[in-house]
Amino acid sequence: MTGDFAVWVYLSRTPLLWLTVTLVAYVVADRIATATNRHPLANPVLVAIALTAAVLEVTHTPYATYFEGAQFVHFLLGPATVALAFPLYEHRATVLRALAPMLAALLVGSVVALSSALTLGHLLGVPRAVIVSLAPKSVTTGVAMGIAQTLGGDPTLAAVLVMLTGMTGGILVTPLMNALRIRDMRARGFAAGLAAHGVGTARAFQVDVVAGAFAGIALGLNAFLTAMLAPIAVSFLR
Amino acid sequence: MIVGLTLILAAQLLGEALARATGVPVPGPVIGMALLLVFLVVRDRYARVAARLLPPPLVDGQLEGAGRGLLANLSLMFVPAGAGIVGRLDVLAVHGAALAVIVVVSTLTTLAATALTFVWVSRWMRSGEGA
Repeated sequence: MTGDFAVWVYLSRTPLLWLTVTLVAYVVADRIATATNRHPLANPVLVAIALTAAVLEVTHTPYATYFEGAQFVHFLLGPATVALAFPLYEHRATVLRALAPMLAALLVGSVVALSSALTLGHLLGVPRAVIVSLAPKSVTTGVAMGIAQTLGGDPTLAAVLVMLTGMTGGILVTPLMNALRIRDMRARGFAAGLAAHGVGTARAFQVDVVAGAFAGIALGLNAFLTAMLAPIAVSFLR
Repeated sequence: MIVGLTLILAAQLLGEALARATGVPVPGPVIGMALLLVFLVVRDRYARVAARLLPPPLVDGQLEGAGRGLLANLSLMFVPAGAGIVGRLDVLAVHGAALAVIVVVSTLTTLAATALTFVWVSRWMRSGEGA
């Protein structure tokens, strides 16, 4: 018994264990997604996070210990974002032809994301500091935390809301687009990337490469536009 | 694979450096994406010079392979950050219900408004071309 415990104490302190747990959770989540024919609710990001969080909870593992192993996976987010250039380049003709719809959708989407969050927050009586953290919820985490901090919000809360928005968007985008009868993969992908940043982009890539390329563009453009618009939008709050 | 990955990391590094140096509110990796895009355009425009000057993995499709490998597993990369967020859900406690409503309604509205604008503008432009 003590021997088993010693093994656990050793393993739980090396990056190897938590890196493996992360990958296993993802493989299981991906298998579930494939088995359900990529059903929106079986979103691999959501399932893998739930599985990992459950393991951490059961084993009483502090997040810092977990992250020592998982950081190798986390690090790849940066290079993967850079790699969005490949589908963008591959489909450049399609992208260039859609320049006007993209810019219009970017402007409308960004303004709707900001104004709907601020208005609803105001109507529901949410305090100002929380509303400010809510403003950049459709933007990729790093930028959203920066925006929230600059405007006097709480960066941690902003990060939580960003992830929740991402997962909400990743789950809802397919049923919503089907209900609206939008079959244009460019429009579907662009909306996913704009409203639900990287998680929406990951979902878009599972559905269609062109959708993924457009999601990647939307993610980048909306990070930029929201950073510009958020201070203006927040100044309307009293 | 390593050469391709090196170029991708170099683009990100340069992107991060530019973002910090200029203070523009764009994430470093997104600037890196733009830089990589410029690289791809220039490489293919001067394909013959590129084939002579660049290491073979950057011109024979291995670079694209490395990129595809990364993007195919984009979902995986959100797991570590997401697992951390689960532990911080207590920050939602006080306004949990209101925030849940706002996130769902605002995300749905944003998705619909963005996609519909895209579809309408592209339809309007096509009808303009036809006339």
